[in-house]
Amino acid sequence: MSAAPDLDVRYIAQLARLDLSEAEIATFQTQLGHVLEHVAALRRVDVSAVEPTAHASAVFNVFRDDEPRASFPPEVALSNAPRKANELFVVTKVVE
Amino acid sequence: MLSTLASLTVTALQAKLRAREVSPREALDALAARIDAVDGRLRGYLSTDLEYARRAAESADVTLPLGGVPIAVKDVVSVAGQPCGCASKILAGYRAPFDATAIARLRAAGAIPFGRTNMDEFAMGSSTENSAFQLTRNPWDLSRVPGGSSGGSAAVVAADTAFAALGTDTGGSIRQPAALCGCVGLKPSYGRVSRYGLVAFASSLDQIGPLTKTVADAALLLGVMAGRDPLDSTSLDAPVPDYAAAVRDFSIKGARIGLPKEYFVSGIDPQVEAAVRAAVAHYAKLGAEIVEVSLPHTEYAVAVYYIIATAEASANLARFDGVRYGHRAADTNGLLEHYGRTRAEGFGPEVKRRIILGTYVLSSGYYDAYYLRAQKVRTLMRQDFEKAFAQCDALICPTSPVPAFKLGERTADPLAMYLADIFTIAANLAGICGVSLPGGFAKAADDGDRELPIGVQLLGPAFAEEKLLGIAHAFEQTTDWHQRRPALG
Repeated sequence: MSAAPDLDVRYIAQLARLDLSEAEIATFQTQLGHVLEHVAALRRVDVSAVEPTAHASAVFNVFRDDEPRASFPPEVALSNAPRKANELFVVTKVVE
Repeated sequence: MLSTLASLTVTALQAKLRAREVSPREALDALAARIDAVDGRLRGYLSTDLEYARRAAESADVTLPLGGVPIAVKDVVSVAGQPCGCASKILAGYRAPFDATAIARLRAAGAIPFGRTNMDEFAMGSSTENSAFQLTRNPWDLSRVPGGSSGGSAAVVAADTAFAALGTDTGGSIRQPAALCGCVGLKPSYGRVSRYGLVAFASSLDQIGPLTKTVADAALLLGVMAGRDPLDSTSLDAPVPDYAAAVRDFSIKGARIGLPKEYFVSGIDPQVEAAVRAAVAHYAKLGAEIVEVSLPHTEYAVAVYYIIATAEASANLARFDGVRYGHRAADTNGLLEHYGRTRAEGFGPEVKRRIILGTYVLSSGYYDAYYLRAQKVRTLMRQDFEKAFAQCDALICPTSPVPAFKLGERTADPLAMYLADIFTIAANLAGICGVSLPGGFAKAADDGDRELPIGVQLLGPAFAEEKLLGIAHAFEQTTDWHQRRPALG
């Protein structure tokens, strides 16, 4: 019944780095199928000569002076870190 | 005496503080007593920092525009030293190390940010039921939702447990809860208020704005917060007028108010429609000119919004990786498991749902069909508003198609919840300003004579807040809907 047979929630969850349970996958597959059915209405709009809007107020190339500014000392920058050591964030091992 | 002090508007409180009739400490104590008496039932606050607030009150400079005025803040805007958890488990325990620019400006004007209000997790929702921590209740009927996502901010203002509050509006999250709780909620134009220090949901749509008891208070707070900020490159360098004075001096005679015909079709609660039609008649009586206008792409608004907002959210929420802040899954084996489990454990269902949808519409092979197409229809919607505003100064419509609904009534069907945002999301997509103000009461059909507030929405062109608030003020000053207070039963 879903109008979005291409939506593969299990695969998209991998792209999003988000583990989902089997129950969540099934629920989202149905619910987001309904949302995509609604969204399909956009196909009716002729957009062949329309430029996309990325931002509500178009401002481009906003520069600031390239000058050093005060920044957090390490203890403040690390104050919310779930794991830290030697004034550094501790990350999961990424190379063998 | 104490409870009447807590019920003051910001403008009235500041006048008493300045005249030294009341001290900032007395005002804060009155508010704290009111919170003690009421918030156990309402649950609008996630936390308060009264110790800090008392210190700030002792040293407050009452000659400043907001000197000594305590302000409640939605849990998504950073206040240095206070929690900023976005009502999410993934940020449980997080404390902001810096002030948002809006907060820094409020503090410089003398305000005291003292409490964190509940919200839908990461501002995703229309009922505040998506908070990971607690349900906030509607002060007019404790069995109903306060709206969302700034539901805590709306509830505390309506219940006199805050003089004013900050909210954020990505698709109606200030205006819709203001409507459902019976207070004033202003979404400024995109770029009017700096977003620096606001935890991002959808960066091209988010704005910080005030929830207040009156239009004059909204004007006062906007004037303090607005203006260019070098820390937010999307904040615009436009002059900041004296909004409070402009609102006082505004004359409604000859103002042109547009009635978008697409907004009065089907699906609106008859009592809501009647209240908006009565507001239109009221404006005509005040000397405004009523014109019918058309926003032909209205029917696509929800579809465009839920593509663009979720796409931006999926990118913004990638920063929650369990390394620099927030929850981190224990005992993971390798990087992918670290990310996957940290995010699975930290995010709630609605946030997960939107990350999946947003990732999908941006993914290879679907980008053009969904995201790019939605951006093009967004252009058409902006053009609709440009054409409409060539004929009028502001548009009038409902804020929400229905009054406050029951807790749990809509949680099972996300699409139904999304469709209820129909009247508010177009303003965010177009970058224009909008305000919801108290415009009447509905009798709950299933609940005898229970009265629920109705919000009337006014929409104005980008950076036309002076006139928008002036038009709102003219209505407010000649009606008494905003003076009613809930019984908290």
